[in-house]
Amino acid sequence: MYQPIIEDSPGVDYNSPALQRHKSLRFLKDHLARWGVAVGGLGVIVAILLIFIYLLYEVVPLFKSAEIQEQTTWTQQQDRSSPTLYQSMEEQAELALNVSATGTLSFTSTQTGEQKHNFSLPLPAGTRITSITEDTANASVLAAGLNNGQVIIFKHDYKITWPDDQRLITPVVSYPYGQETLDLITSNTSAELLSLSDNEDQLLITGYSSGQLYMTAFTKEEDFLTEEVTLEKSSVTLPVIAGEVKSILIDPEQHWLYVQSGSDRLSMININNINQTNLLSEIDLTTGSEKVQVMTFLLGGSSLLIGDDSGNISQWFMVRNDQNEWHLERIRDFKLENAPITQIVTEHRRKGFLAADVLGNVGVFYTTAERTLLTETLSDNSIEQLTISPRSNYLLLRDSEGSTRFFSLENEHPEVSMSALWGEVWYESYQEPEYVWQSSASNNDFEPKLSLTPLAFGTLKAAFYAMLLATPLAIAGAIYTAYFMAPGMRRKVKPVIELMEALPTVILGFLAGLWLAPLIESNLPGIFALLIFVPLGILLFAFFWDSLPGHIRHSIPEGWQAALLIPVIIISGGVAMGMNGVLETVMFGGDMRTWLTTELGIPYDQRNALVVGLAMGFAVIPTIFSIAEDSIFSVPKHLSYGSLALGATPWQTLMRVVLLTASPGIFSAVMIGMGRAVGETMIVLMATGNTPIMDANIFEGMRTLAANIAVEMPESEVGSSHYRILFLAALVLFLFTFVVNTAAEIIRHRLRKKYSSL
Amino acid sequence: MSISVKAWYKSGSPWVWLNAGAVAICVILVVGLLSLIAVRGLGHFWPGQILVAEYSVPGQTTRIVAGEIADVEEVSANRLQSAGMPIPKSMDILERNLLKVGNRDVNGSDFAWVIDLWLENRRYPENIMALERREWGNFYGYLKTIKQDGSIVAEGDSAWPEFQKRLQRTLDIYEEIYAIEKHDIGAINSKLERLRLEQRGLELSGNDTPAKLADIKIRRQVFNAEYKILENKLGDFYVEFNRDSFIATTIGGDEIEQSIAKVVRAYQPNSMNLIDKIGFYIDKIGEFVSDDPREANTEGGVFPAIFGTVMMVILMSIIVTPFGVIAAVYLREYASQGWLTRVIRVAVNNLAGVPSIVYGVFGLGFFIYFAGSQIDQLFFQEALPAPTFGTPGLLWASITLALLTLPVVIVATEEGLSRIPSSVREGSLALGATKAETLWRVVLPMASPAMMTGLILAVARAAGEVAPLMLVGVVKLAPSLPVDANYPFLHLDQKFMHLGFHIYDVGFQSPNVEAARPLVYATALLLVVVIAVLNLSAVSIRNSLREKYKNLEV
Repeated sequence: MYQPIIEDSPGVDYNSPALQRHKSLRFLKDHLARWGVAVGGLGVIVAILLIFIYLLYEVVPLFKSAEIQEQTTWTQQQDRSSPTLYQSMEEQAELALNVSATGTLSFTSTQTGEQKHNFSLPLPAGTRITSITEDTANASVLAAGLNNGQVIIFKHDYKITWPDDQRLITPVVSYPYGQETLDLITSNTSAELLSLSDNEDQLLITGYSSGQLYMTAFTKEEDFLTEEVTLEKSSVTLPVIAGEVKSILIDPEQHWLYVQSGSDRLSMININNINQTNLLSEIDLTTGSEKVQVMTFLLGGSSLLIGDDSGNISQWFMVRNDQNEWHLERIRDFKLENAPITQIVTEHRRKGFLAADVLGNVGVFYTTAERTLLTETLSDNSIEQLTISPRSNYLLLRDSEGSTRFFSLENEHPEVSMSALWGEVWYESYQEPEYVWQSSASNNDFEPKLSLTPLAFGTLKAAFYAMLLATPLAIAGAIYTAYFMAPGMRRKVKPVIELMEALPTVILGFLAGLWLAPLIESNLPGIFALLIFVPLGILLFAFFWDSLPGHIRHSIPEGWQAALLIPVIIISGGVAMGMNGVLETVMFGGDMRTWLTTELGIPYDQRNALVVGLAMGFAVIPTIFSIAEDSIFSVPKHLSYGSLALGATPWQTLMRVVLLTASPGIFSAVMIGMGRAVGETMIVLMATGNTPIMDANIFEGMRTLAANIAVEMPESEVGSSHYRILFLAALVLFLFTFVVNTAAEIIRHRLRKKYSSL
Repeated sequence: MSISVKAWYKSGSPWVWLNAGAVAICVILVVGLLSLIAVRGLGHFWPGQILVAEYSVPGQTTRIVAGEIADVEEVSANRLQSAGMPIPKSMDILERNLLKVGNRDVNGSDFAWVIDLWLENRRYPENIMALERREWGNFYGYLKTIKQDGSIVAEGDSAWPEFQKRLQRTLDIYEEIYAIEKHDIGAINSKLERLRLEQRGLELSGNDTPAKLADIKIRRQVFNAEYKILENKLGDFYVEFNRDSFIATTIGGDEIEQSIAKVVRAYQPNSMNLIDKIGFYIDKIGEFVSDDPREANTEGGVFPAIFGTVMMVILMSIIVTPFGVIAAVYLREYASQGWLTRVIRVAVNNLAGVPSIVYGVFGLGFFIYFAGSQIDQLFFQEALPAPTFGTPGLLWASITLALLTLPVVIVATEEGLSRIPSSVREGSLALGATKAETLWRVVLPMASPAMMTGLILAVARAAGEVAPLMLVGVVKLAPSLPVDANYPFLHLDQKFMHLGFHIYDVGFQSPNVEAARPLVYATALLLVVVIAVLNLSAVSIRNSLREKYKNLEV
């Protein structure tokens, strides 16, 4: 019988206090290890998840709606005899400027309505302001039209000082053209409407009074010594417009005068030459019976925004057609509610705008993104005056009851929407809607054009040409290596190809850009001849070899054909490249590049998709090769033996049995290769010109999502729309490769299961 | 035996051959690429013969050209004719040479294309010399006189040995100057900067008592005094440094006088024999791997880039190994195998396929702008608004790459763990060891070669990765190495140079790409060699590991 010996062995006490302490310490360690490893392991997984979550966290604010929050309300009794005609806010939104009919400029606190500063315009005695307008290019220059038909131009500015570390804003009013009033309306009747455009050479004022349009041009002459500007006045004759004029606007380029008359009539007057103005055309702005209520310029003065009495707002701008003729085109529409629009306020730095209506609704819109960011009822009464601060972060709103309310507006990324990112957008001064990526430019007026489509297209184009080279080479190579190659040779070939995978892509990119691109450029016919000569050379040699007597053929063991082919390929490749000069002279008149451009009209860039295809194909081959090779090699041998035993040739066995079984694995290899090609950065960055064009031409470059991130990310301002869009590009890449790789992984997993059952 | 084409086609043999061709093409591509890099990279250091010839373009006056032939190519006559060259109509293809003519200060550019046909009276004069200079690239010409403080000390045949002697003296002084400028003054500057931060820190915390400020002031005065001494010493050295000058004539006949201080290396390649050339070659390779770059990275060495790469990779390894191993141990040894582990494995495999630039974006956004600026707020307030960790740097680059290579380590370690037969674990457990003890004493030691493999593969990947680094920390020229003798010795917040980025920068962003190209090839070769060695060693470790456990399975 079995007797536990331990019980009887003397001198060993396994329960001595020391041993027990030791034991509990060991168990404690074990527990700690268990928990430590679990925490550490799961922590790593969480870190991985964090990438996805963080990318999403940076991207999500792009698609957030605008938010309005009320700060304060105050009521101020409107002076009925001197109503406020104009209101604006300064940069910090601390002070609001109110211009009243009597010519008082009062600067009030936006928070409380308390008057802080007061100025009076030097109006001639007995006159009052009947209309007021901003310069269409610079909102701080204002023109006020008087009831005697004269105009005064003034400018408001703000000085910031820091006494006692407290910000103090002091308004300054100046008169760029002197304190005297300028004559505009010769009939001396009150200026009912007014528009002003001021540029380097000319100051244009146009006005409307009792059924007639008036325009005065002041040509500027600068004295060289004193730098003093003198104005030379000339009046401009304008075509007669029928009907009551409701609104007039001069564009900042001083090409066009837009006159809105009647219920929905718009006349475009060409004022490019002020000595000879002419009516370009007249159009109806609405299709139905709607009446136009408001007309204003979008930032930049190229687009008109038209608001009508049923809550529609439309954007229009001049488009030049192929015959070089201009016409006004309706670009896009927005809708507030069903009530008449009372005011459209445009943002000072972006192509966005706000609209208010008689029911107290306010909407926040963005033109190119075609987004309605917010519609909210902010008042129970009609909104008379809506003002936005230059930074678009505060609103001042006065309703018909005289109560003024101050709101903060949060609207960080209005220019981004799905349609702006992926669709065609009709930008100002473009002939038609287009996909454009142009994230920055040298001048200030520039509107970023952020369509990811050209980048996505470029990414797929680069990947496509890379796959075109890599897929056949890698799969054919994998088939041979796994199925036909002698094991001794396979052991040598596999590490070579694995080494190919380890080559840093920066080296491939550098060679592609500096060595391959010029080589291809000067040897184009030779490169194309390679495609014909090399396979032909292989086949000719193969036929020759197979026709040789058996004792020569058998001197090379089965499965070593590839080694024989190496010199064949080098020689046929050499012949192809050697023919380059002859081919170029005979077929392409000495220069294939010029021939392509002149004869076929195909533009040629030195760093093009062909170069990228070759270089990136090289980078992708090993990825596809090793996975495909694995899956072909792991097809159970008894399947192919069975097929061969039934009399099929090796090739038939391969095609009908082996490849069929391995096809999911090969497919997943291609997918993973595709994922690699899509995300590759350095090769594309160095081997293309990085121009975001949408053209599948193999001789032109592209800009891919990854290269774009590498180029623009370091210069991007943190938290800006551009920055977040680059994160979006990264997220798109992440998701694309994730989906592709997961699909490939699942397919491979299934394949493995299938083999284990065979 | 002859066979019909039809029968041959039916046998499927042409297809098999074409497949064989694909493998052959792949092998040719790899070998060809590696040899291209090797030939161009290694050839860069070999002293080329200086050709002197008369270049007579028809219709123009003959001029003498001199230089090393850097490249030869064939161009079609059409292309040259359309460029306005008087090429005879009968020619189809011409050979033209890219001549490295040097003397950028005289010629305006380092290189000139010459048509081989028009080169006449070629010769390789023994006494023509090549000078590598600190600026303006190489100089080719004849040495005339040597001057000391403006008066002639050697002329004619004695000039060359004298020149060599004085050049050596100047180079020795340069080393002294370099040591003072880089190390001694650098150390004082770093101490002064620390004092400034200390003072600012005291001000911020409200502890800026007069006593403490006075103390700082005294210490600052000490440093300033030290600085003064060094400055005087430096001034003396510079006087000595600029003592000698030389007059040389260019091939065109212009005489130029220059300070010997401007010269780094002088040699007469046409009079060198093979042994001299080999010595020169080894010397140049030594300079390449151990010197700082010159002339906007286009000349000199790549030592800071090597150092930066190595530092970054070491830090990355320190971070990635424990995490990768713990995650693998968790997946293989502790977690119960179910859907969760399967999902995690898919996720880990996937991460290996996520584009590296995505990691860069994540690193920039999360580590630098988010975590980095938090760290600055908490610990480096005195340096604000200049960011310490809120800007790309070595630490963030290492962490980003650690994240990037994590899947590599996890997958390799897991594979190693799975290869350890369960009998070994069971044996250990049966002897009474706890799971942790089994893991620590039995499993992990057995899996260590696998971890090593994973680590080596991770290092190889990290060394070659550039795209994410462009966002999180590399620069084209770092003023100092991330490790030096100044406190805190290891500067994790500093930006660094990297071999891969060096290739990109010099090859594509440099103003003088043509001149820099050989150096880029050499850098590429260095990188390829490092990565190839790492990969091959990983493969051999893996194979020996497999052999080892094959025996255990029996």
